[in-house]
Amino acid sequence: MTQAEIKLCSLLLQEHFGEIVEKIGVHLIRTGSQPLRVIAHDTGTSLDQVKKALCVLIQHNLVIYQVHKRGVVEYEAQCSRVLRMLRYPRYIYTAKTLYSDTGELIVEELLLNGKMAMSAVVKKVADRLTETMEDGKTMDYAEVSNTFVRLADTHFVQRCPLVPATENSDPGPPPPAPTLVISEKDMYLVPKLSLIGKGKRRRSSDEDATGEPKAKRPKHTTDNKEPIPDDGIYWQANLDRFHQHFRDQGIVSAVANRMDQTSSEIVRTMLRMSEITTSSSAPFTQPLSSNEIFRSLPVGYNISKQVLDQYLTLLADDPLEFVGKSGDSGGGMYVINLHKALGSLATATLESVIQERFGSRCARIFRLVLQKKHLEQKQVEDFAMIPAKEAKDMLYKMLSENFISLQEIPKTPDHAPSRTFYLYTVNILSAARMLLHRCYKSVANLIERRQFETKENKRLLEKSQRVEAIIASMQATGAEEAQLQEIEEMITAPERQQLETLKRNVNKLDACEIQVDETIFLLESYIESTVKRQ
Amino acid sequence: MASRGGGRGRGRGQLTFSMEAVGIGKGDALPPPTLQPSPLFPPLEFHPVPLPSGEEGEYVLALKQELRGAMRQLPYYIRPAVPKRDWRRLPRELKIRVRKLQKERTTILLPKRPPKTTEDKEETIQKLETLEKKEEEVTSEEDEEKEEEEEKEEEEEEEYDEEEHEEETDYIMSYFDNGEDFGGDSDDNMDEAIY
Repeated sequence: MTQAEIKLCSLLLQEHFGEIVEKIGVHLIRTGSQPLRVIAHDTGTSLDQVKKALCVLIQHNLVIYQVHKRGVVEYEAQCSRVLRMLRYPRYIYTAKTLYSDTGELIVEELLLNGKMAMSAVVKKVADRLTETMEDGKTMDYAEVSNTFVRLADTHFVQRCPLVPATENSDPGPPPPAPTLVISEKDMYLVPKLSLIGKGKRRRSSDEDATGEPKAKRPKHTTDNKEPIPDDGIYWQANLDRFHQHFRDQGIVSAVANRMDQTSSEIVRTMLRMSEITTSSSAPFTQPLSSNEIFRSLPVGYNISKQVLDQYLTLLADDPLEFVGKSGDSGGGMYVINLHKALGSLATATLESVIQERFGSRCARIFRLVLQKKHLEQKQVEDFAMIPAKEAKDMLYKMLSENFISLQEIPKTPDHAPSRTFYLYTVNILSAARMLLHRCYKSVANLIERRQFETKENKRLLEKSQRVEAIIASMQATGAEEAQLQEIEEMITAPERQQLETLKRNVNKLDACEIQVDETIFLLESYIESTVKRQ
Repeated sequence: MASRGGGRGRGRGQLTFSMEAVGIGKGDALPPPTLQPSPLFPPLEFHPVPLPSGEEGEYVLALKQELRGAMRQLPYYIRPAVPKRDWRRLPRELKIRVRKLQKERTTILLPKRPPKTTEDKEETIQKLETLEKKEEEVTSEEDEEKEEEEEKEEEEEEEYDEEEHEEETDYIMSYFDNGEDFGGDSDDNMDEAIY
């Protein structure tokens, strides 16, 4: 774990769970797997607080535990999972686009609470949806359950590993920590629940009370006393599936940018067909025949078979190699090269970074070196048609930032510098790693700056919150317009200006974090995919 | 020793690589020497690309800020505990009155009566409060599980802290009077006529 990653994890944990959890979490990330007493001793916090913090971390899947010999339980933190916390808004938004508000709230509840039982999720989401609906309308549990089942069918939520059923023949005391198991086929199995009921509003308005007949009241109370039917079956959000979705989105939009809308639709269809059949880390999808693709195209698209074939040939011939032809049966078998696609996306990211940071001439040199693999100084100047002095300057700038590297090829065995070739080359994997590291640093800087801005203006923020509270309470009790005006004037005009600036800055910093996270996702996917193939 | 003297001799001042290969020709101006560390915020040559705006960007932004706020309210957010102070050394009145009764109370000792000062009604009420505090202080020390009690006390102190803060804001709120009393007060103090 690099220092930049640890710093970012520390900031994320502190923002979301408080300082105590942050201290314990960062200590575990730094030192690896440790038992409880050692953690308490090393961090200097009381045992109780360590226990509380570990419970929170385990609940949110950030720390795992293992029983070692002699009954010692060791805890290990998962740094990469902590970094995913940056991406929560993107997961929730994706769920909203796919399954509308119900899906959005289900995923939000699962992410905020780590693990939850299905009945609890359904109840909470129904209540929340009822809050936002008009008076008199309530959200039915059945609808929420349906959305939940659909999320499970498409693998967006999955079951957490279960406590194994204890056998009676097991001698001896129970182990200090259960070893949870889950089988592949059970992961998306939704338990048969008959959840009947409607969402309840939080505010106790009399309208609801008169609306519901008295018979329903005792029913609700008995529901609380009954044991939850799916006790022990917990669900969590399946982040890998979301990542797969993001990756598909990235590929489709790349094809749309490079070619046209129709080809991107074709690629989207192909990806959708191989969603369940291909694992997320495969280098390319299962081969699909052109006939199958034709049958699975969305209904609104009426392009003829010939046009489809032409598009597929075009896609397969494209130098970017997103789509490849793997055979001729069934009208042509086509695959999507996931690994190559990720590589192209990562390369495009690198090029874009260089262009925005150093200028378009530098980007030209970079693309040139990328294309020709190895180039000498003189050749760079010739091919790029840039005067020597400028070309040198740009090459050294990129070299110093580690986007480009030098490859030495000695002519003589004594490696004399005057008799050695120095070739410029781009190693995409190492450049991607370096950029990823910079991204982590950037996000850490953004979060720190945002916290600094908020702290600077803390007094002003508190004052404005108080004023709002006063206004709200006065409005509730029915105050006159003049009084409200007076209260509003408590915040002077320059203070209002300051608040506006603060809000704008904080929004900008937040938007930056989200943007950098998209780059982080691309680079991480590419690095992961490359490392697996090696 | 002879060759070491002053660095004179053959090959003095030669580098291991030829200058041309690196690209610095003869007579070219070298870049100025670096005398200080690079500035903290180096000037940007090119303006950064504008952030994505539009419905999606704004929605995700609002979501992010909402999530941040929501996570602070959840029970998973553990607030740092108030440190346990040694109440024997501090004035008694600073101790925050513990509202909830604690479990496992043994015997309630007779509280010692503090010396009577004035017979103001408010002061007797305060005295009773301090008695209560003392009583709970004493019985709390007799509790068996000290850890649990520590935690509870911290939580209760915390709870009361928040209430105290609310009282604080009440006090400040009273500052923002409508101004009805203003005319009355000034009438008492002013000797000059009001024009």
